[in-house]
Amino acid sequence: MTATHPAIELKGISKAFGPVQANKDISIRVMPGTIHGIIGENGAGKSTLMSILYGFYKADAGEVFIAGQKTDIPDSQAAIAAGIGMVFQHFKLVENFTVLENIILGAEDGGFLKPSLAKARKSLVDLAAEYELNVDPDARIEEIGVGMQQRVEILKALYRQADILILDEPTGVLTPAEADQLFRILGRLREEGKTIILITHKLREIMDTTDTVSVMRRGEMTATVKTSETSPEQLAELMVGRKVLLRVDKTPAAPGPVVLDIQNLRVVDEQKVERLRGIDLQVRAGEILGIAGVAGNGQSELLEVLGGYADGTGTVTLNGQPIDLTGKYSDGRSRRTNGIAHVPEDRQREGLIMDFAAWENTAFGYHHDPAYTSGLLSNNAAIKAETQAKMNRFDVRPPNPQLAAKNFSGGNQQKIVLAREIERNPDLLLVGQPTRGVDIGAIEFIHQQIVALRDQGKAILLVSVELEEILSLADRVAVMFDGQIMGERLSQDTDEKELGLLMAGVGA
Amino acid sequence: MDVMPKWAEVVLVPLISLLLAAILSALVILAIGEDPIAAVNLMVTGALGSTYGWGYTLYYATNFMFTGLAVAVAFHAGLFNIGGEGQAMLGGLGVALVCLFIPWPHWTIAVLAATVGAAVFGALWAAIPAYLQARRGSHIVITTIMFNFIAAAVLNYMLVNILRPAGSMDPATERFPEAVHLPSLHDLLTPFGIAFSKAAPANVSLVIAVIACVLVWVLIWRTPLGLEIRSYGKSHRAASYAGIGAVRITMIAMLISGGLAGMMAINNVMGEAERLVLNAVEGAGFIGIAVALMGRSHPFGVFLAAILFGFLYQGGAELALWTSIPRELIVVIQALVILFTGALDNMVRMPLERIFLAIRRGGTT
Amino acid sequence: MNFLALFDLSVLDSTVRLAVPLLLACLAGLFSERGGIFDIGLEGKMLAAAFFSAAIAATTGSVWIGLLAGIGASLTLSAVHGVASITFRGNQLISGVAINFLAAGLTVLIAQSWFRQGGRTPSLIGGGRFEPITLPFADALTTVPFFGPLYSELISGHSILVYVALLCVPGTWYILFRTRFGLRLRAVGENPAAVDTAGVSVVGLRFAAVGICGILCGIAGAYLATGLQAGFVKDMTAGRGFIALAALIFAKWRPWHALWATLLFGYLQAIALRPDIIEGALGFKVQVQLLDAMPYILTVVILAGFVGKAIPPRAGGEPYVKER
Repeated sequence: MTATHPAIELKGISKAFGPVQANKDISIRVMPGTIHGIIGENGAGKSTLMSILYGFYKADAGEVFIAGQKTDIPDSQAAIAAGIGMVFQHFKLVENFTVLENIILGAEDGGFLKPSLAKARKSLVDLAAEYELNVDPDARIEEIGVGMQQRVEILKALYRQADILILDEPTGVLTPAEADQLFRILGRLREEGKTIILITHKLREIMDTTDTVSVMRRGEMTATVKTSETSPEQLAELMVGRKVLLRVDKTPAAPGPVVLDIQNLRVVDEQKVERLRGIDLQVRAGEILGIAGVAGNGQSELLEVLGGYADGTGTVTLNGQPIDLTGKYSDGRSRRTNGIAHVPEDRQREGLIMDFAAWENTAFGYHHDPAYTSGLLSNNAAIKAETQAKMNRFDVRPPNPQLAAKNFSGGNQQKIVLAREIERNPDLLLVGQPTRGVDIGAIEFIHQQIVALRDQGKAILLVSVELEEILSLADRVAVMFDGQIMGERLSQDTDEKELGLLMAGVGA
Repeated sequence: MDVMPKWAEVVLVPLISLLLAAILSALVILAIGEDPIAAVNLMVTGALGSTYGWGYTLYYATNFMFTGLAVAVAFHAGLFNIGGEGQAMLGGLGVALVCLFIPWPHWTIAVLAATVGAAVFGALWAAIPAYLQARRGSHIVITTIMFNFIAAAVLNYMLVNILRPAGSMDPATERFPEAVHLPSLHDLLTPFGIAFSKAAPANVSLVIAVIACVLVWVLIWRTPLGLEIRSYGKSHRAASYAGIGAVRITMIAMLISGGLAGMMAINNVMGEAERLVLNAVEGAGFIGIAVALMGRSHPFGVFLAAILFGFLYQGGAELALWTSIPRELIVVIQALVILFTGALDNMVRMPLERIFLAIRRGGTT
Repeated sequence: MNFLALFDLSVLDSTVRLAVPLLLACLAGLFSERGGIFDIGLEGKMLAAAFFSAAIAATTGSVWIGLLAGIGASLTLSAVHGVASITFRGNQLISGVAINFLAAGLTVLIAQSWFRQGGRTPSLIGGGRFEPITLPFADALTTVPFFGPLYSELISGHSILVYVALLCVPGTWYILFRTRFGLRLRAVGENPAAVDTAGVSVVGLRFAAVGICGILCGIAGAYLATGLQAGFVKDMTAGRGFIALAALIFAKWRPWHALWATLLFGYLQAIALRPDIIEGALGFKVQVQLLDAMPYILTVVILAGFVGKAIPPRAGGEPYVKER
C-alpha cells in the first residue's frame, strides 16, 4: 500500500499586511477524511492563513501541497479547481438572490441561466439526500435564517465538488442546537471522505468534533496535536501563552434598589420587523445583569434603544424617572445627561472614530461637557490633559493622546472607551461585548473595572455572546431569543447547558 | 497603522497629484499645437507680473475661497455639495435685493447686510436638498445638481421678468447705487502708500474671504459643533451612538456650506459687476470642488488652492487673449485636478506608502 | 381648452426623439450601477461622444465612422472612470464629476483647435447624419384612420439609432435576467464578496459593466450630434446625463421601467418646446423658465420619494476591498 498523502500541506507560509506580520512561517499537514481544528485568539492569524489557502490573499512566502501535489493558488478560482471550498464567517451570499441562484453563481454551465438552474436544482436534491442538507431552492436568502444560509454556503462548496471544506468560526451566529446539527453534517461529510478544517476560538467545539488540532498565537503556529491526547487547559495555555483565569474574582453582589426598569419594550426596525417584542427587565444598583443569547436575537437593539439611538415603545425608567424612547430627548446626548454610560458592542464603528486622535475620542459624546468647553469653543487643552490622566489610570499603551484610535490595539482601544464611559460616574452602564477582539491581558483588566464599578453600587447591563463571559461576570443572567426574554437565572444557579436551551428558544 | 508621516500625507500627496495634473495639461497644450512653456510664461506674467494681474488673480481667488470652503465644510460632514454653483447664483440674487431695495448710507453697513443676504439665500437654496437628504434619503449629489439647473431657471425668470429695468433688453438688474460701491484693493492699499492697480476688480471681499477661512478653521477644529460635523462625516453609526443627530448635522453643515457659496456674491456681484447679470458665477461653484479637494478640506489648504486657481483662471484668460488656446483649458485643468487629487488619490498614495514602508523596514533591520 | 392637443402627434413624435438619448444613457447607467459603480459622468461621456461622432462624421463624411469614434471617446472616459473607481478604489462620485468637466473642457478645446468655429463642428450634411428610415408600408397606411398616422408619423420615420435604442430595452432585460453575465453582474452590484469567493473576477465584471455603459453613452452622444441635430455645439448634452440618472432612479434600475421613465422625461422636454400647445390646452400661459426647469423639479420630487422608495444596488458606490 502506498503512503497516503496529506489532503493539504502548508510549508513555511508567511504573510504581512503593511507593518503587521499576520502569519509567520506556518507549516501544517491535514490528512484526508479528518476534521482538523485550528484554534487561536482573535487576531492570531487563523483567518488570514485560510484566506491564503482559498486564494484570497497571496502569501509572501511558503508553499501549498494539495494531495501531495505542489499547487499554486493565485485566486479563488484556483482554490475551487483544487477542490477547496470555504464557508466564511460572514456569509458571501447575494441577499436578494434565490438559494439556487447563489449556488450556481460562478459555477454556471454555459452562458444562459435556464439549463444551469435546472442542473443545479437536480443535484441539490441529490446533495440534500446524501448529507441531510435540506433547503428550499427557490427561497430568497434574505428570507431564510442564518442556519439555512450556512447550509447554502456548504452546498455551494459541495456543488463545486469540494473535497476540502474550510469553515471559519461557523457557530458564532448559531444556537447550540443549530451548532449540533452543523457538527452532525460535518461528521457525515467526514464519513464520505471529505477533509474539514474548522477554525474557531471555542475550545469545546475543538474537543467535541476534531481529530487533530493546531494552535495559533500571534501569527505563529505553536503546536499541532491529536485532540484525544490534549485537554482544554493545555490548549488554552498554548493559545494565550500562559495560564488563563477562567473565572473572575468577585464577591457576591449586594443588589440595592432598582435603577433601570424596563416594561414591555418594543423596537421595530426599518424593514418593519419587530426586533424587540415586549421586554421586561430590571437592573438593580450594585449588580451586573448579563444578557445571553445568540447574536442577532435583539441584544443589539436593546443596547441601541437604551443608548438612545433607536426608537422604541414601552416604559423605561431610570431611578424612577421615565426616559424618552422617541423624539428629541431620546438621543445619546440626553441619555448621558440622564446618567447612562454606554460601552458599545462595536467599538470601531460606534464607540470610536478611528481616524480621530485619542484625545478627541475621549471627548466624543461628552464634547458639550462644561469641563471640555470654554464658551462656544472646545477646551482642547483640558481634554488632552484629561486624556493623558485617563491613559495613565487605565494603562493604555502607548499613552499618547495625539495618536489616532486606529493605531491602538483592540484592547487599548477598548480601554479608551471604557475610561471615557466609566469615569463619568454613571448610574447605569451599558456594556456590549466588552472583550471581543481584546487580548487576554486586557480582558482581565476590563473585567476588573466592570466589577469595581458594580462594587461602587452602580447598575450594569452586560450583553455578550460569550456564555463563559456572562457566567463569570454577571450576577444574574437573562436569555434573549427572537426579541424576547426566555428566562432569568442567578448565575450561580445555572450552567451553559441550561442557558443553551434557553438561547435556542426551548423552555421558559 | 499610519504608514506615512503626516507631512507626506498633507503636502507630498497633493503636490504629486498637482504635478501629474500639470503634466497632463502640458500635454493637452502640446496636442493642440501650442507651446506649454510659453503658455506658462504668459500665464505667470499675465496673472502675477503686475498688480493688475494680481488684482484679477486675487479677485478670482476670493470667489474660490468661498466656494472651496463651502465644499470643504460639506466634505467634513461626509456630504458632497455639487450645488455651489446654484447656491452662489441665489446668493447673487440676495445681494442684488439687499443693494437695490434698501437705501444704504455707507458701504460698510451695506456689505455686512449684503453678506447676510447672500449667505441666507445661498443657505436656503442648500436647505431643500439638505432636508431631502436628511429626512428622505434623497441622494444629495443628484439633488444639488438638479438645484443648479433650477437655480439657473429661477435667476433667468427673476432677471427677465422682474428685476430688469423697463426698456432694457439686457437680462440684468440696474446698477447698484454709488453708496454700496465696495472699495477695491487700490482704495484699501493707497493709504498705506502701496500702489495697486486701479482697474483690477479685487476688493474688500478678499478680506471677508480670509476671515471666513479663519472662522471655518475655528468652527471645524476648535468647537464642539466642528467635532460633531467631523464625527458624522467619518461614521454615521458612531455619531448616533454619541448623540449627534444626523438630521441636525446634515442641515447645519449644508446651511453653512450653502451660505459660504452664496457669500461669493459679495465679491462678483457687489464688488465687481455692481449689478446682477445672468452668468455671474461663471463656474466658480464647480471650481470650489477642485479647490476643496486640493486643499484637503482644510481652510488653509483651501486658501492656497484658491489662490492657485485664481492664478490659473487669470492666466487662462490671458492665454485666451493672446493665443488661440480657449478659456476652456482651465476647465480641463480643473477636471484633471479633481481627478488626480480626488478620484485617483490612491494611485499616488499606494506607491508612496510602499516607499515609506520600505524605508521604515530598512530603518529597523 | 383642448387637453388632447397635449398629445398631438408632433409632440409625441418629438417625445420619442428626445427620449432616445435619455433612454440610451439611462440603460448605460443601469449596467454600470447594477454592477456597483455609480456613474454621474454619463453627461460627460455623452458630450465627448457627441463631439467626436460629429467631428469624425464631418471630416470623413461617414456617420458610421462617426458613431464608432463617438463610442471610442465615450469608452476612453469609461476607462478613466474604471481605473479611478475600480483599480484605485477612488470615490466614484468625484471621478464622475472630473469626467464631466474633462469632457466639457476638452470638447471645446479640441473643437476650437480643429475647426476654429467657436467650439462647434461644421454642420453635418448628407452621409454625415443618420437619416430617418421609412418603415415598410408607412406611406401606404397613412390613410387608415388613427392607426395609419400613428404608424407612419410616430413609429416610422426615425433614424436607425432610435430603433436600436428601443431594442436595447428587451436586450438589456434579457442579458440581465437570463444570462450568466447578467447574474454575475447583478451579484457584483449587490455583494461583490460573493462573486469574488465564487472565483469570478470582481474587477473584470465591473470593468465590463463600465465598458457597456461607455458603449451605450457613446451611441447616445452620437445620436444627439448626428441624429437629433446636425453637428456638435458646446455643452449640447444640456444636463441629459443627469436627467437619465434621475430616470434610472425613477425606474428603480429596471430596464422596462427605464423606457417608461425616459419617455416621460422626453415628453416633458418635448412639451417645453411648445408653449403654444400648453397655453391652448390649459387656457393660461406657463412661464418658459418653469417648463425648462420641469424635468429637474420632477427629478427632485421623484428623489424625495413621493413616488415610492427606490433602493439602489446594495454595493453601489462602494469600492470593493477584500475583507481581512
